[in-house]
Amino acid sequence: MNGPHDMGGMHGLGPIPIEANEPVFHSEWEAKVFAMSFATFGNFFPVDETRHASELMPPGDYLSSSYYERWLYALELLLAKHNLLSEAEIKARMTQLDQSDP
Amino acid sequence: MTVPHDRSEADIALRVKAIESLLVEKGIVDSAALDTIIETYEHKVGPHIGAQIVAKAWVDAAFKQRLLADGTSAIAELGLTGFSSEHMVVVENTPEVHNLIVCTLCSCYPWAILGLPPTWYKSFAYRSRAVIEPRSVLAEFGLAIPETVEVRVWDSNADLRYLVLPERPAGTENLSEAELATLVTRNAMIGTAKVPPPNSPTPLAA
Repeated sequence: MNGPHDMGGMHGLGPIPIEANEPVFHSEWEAKVFAMSFATFGNFFPVDETRHASELMPPGDYLSSSYYERWLYALELLLAKHNLLSEAEIKARMTQLDQSDP
Repeated sequence: MTVPHDRSEADIALRVKAIESLLVEKGIVDSAALDTIIETYEHKVGPHIGAQIVAKAWVDAAFKQRLLADGTSAIAELGLTGFSSEHMVVVENTPEVHNLIVCTLCSCYPWAILGLPPTWYKSFAYRSRAVIEPRSVLAEFGLAIPETVEVRVWDSNADLRYLVLPERPAGTENLSEAELATLVTRNAMIGTAKVPPPNSPTPLAA
């Protein structure tokens, strides 16, 4: 697939963002996205399918998202595709959590 | 299913929390299993594993030969094979050749050997530039490779991962294998640093 992920040789993407003493995850949600993806790899969908899913991200979104935002996109896409979780369920639970945890 | 550009960190965190609670409720994932996965990648798997392989190769010439001929089998000998590192090619740095690893398509990386990749390895800048201007990229890491040294860039993929066998620094002749392993940094095994001699200042983001 000839998408924005095929980055080798692309110009204009700036200096390398080198961070000293970087933590493995920069936030709780990054760790959880990683763990939920890892836990579903193999059990529900193969790793190659997760990679393909992140490559389906619209180019504008792909280029403006962080690494784990792209993982989250792939996870949500696959959960929906395999009828495990719908966007409506996520929205409803977000509203519920938001109200119970001000 | 789109990711709006204006989504804040708090929105994302809430969304992830919602997904987690639903997946746990449906029995698709287990809370304790998620904690174990996070704990493993935060504390157990990391560059210290790759450092053991490098140190072994430095002190055992026969192992080094097997490692360079068939990285997958030699790493399996040490019992260090793991997820996302099933097929390994090890490339040796010498006074004539400097190797650099990238994954231009995503961020393929030998997780079981080096842990999860740093942000710079996953960055668009590194993925795009490592293959066209590796020397400039290395300069940003403070590593100047003389024009007389050939730079080889290896582009990883979903099924094949690379590891750089860095040069053993001078002044380490009397060190044990375990002591040598403590000198080997993550960046040296990706190719964005050299292994510093003992007691030298810590290199940038090693």
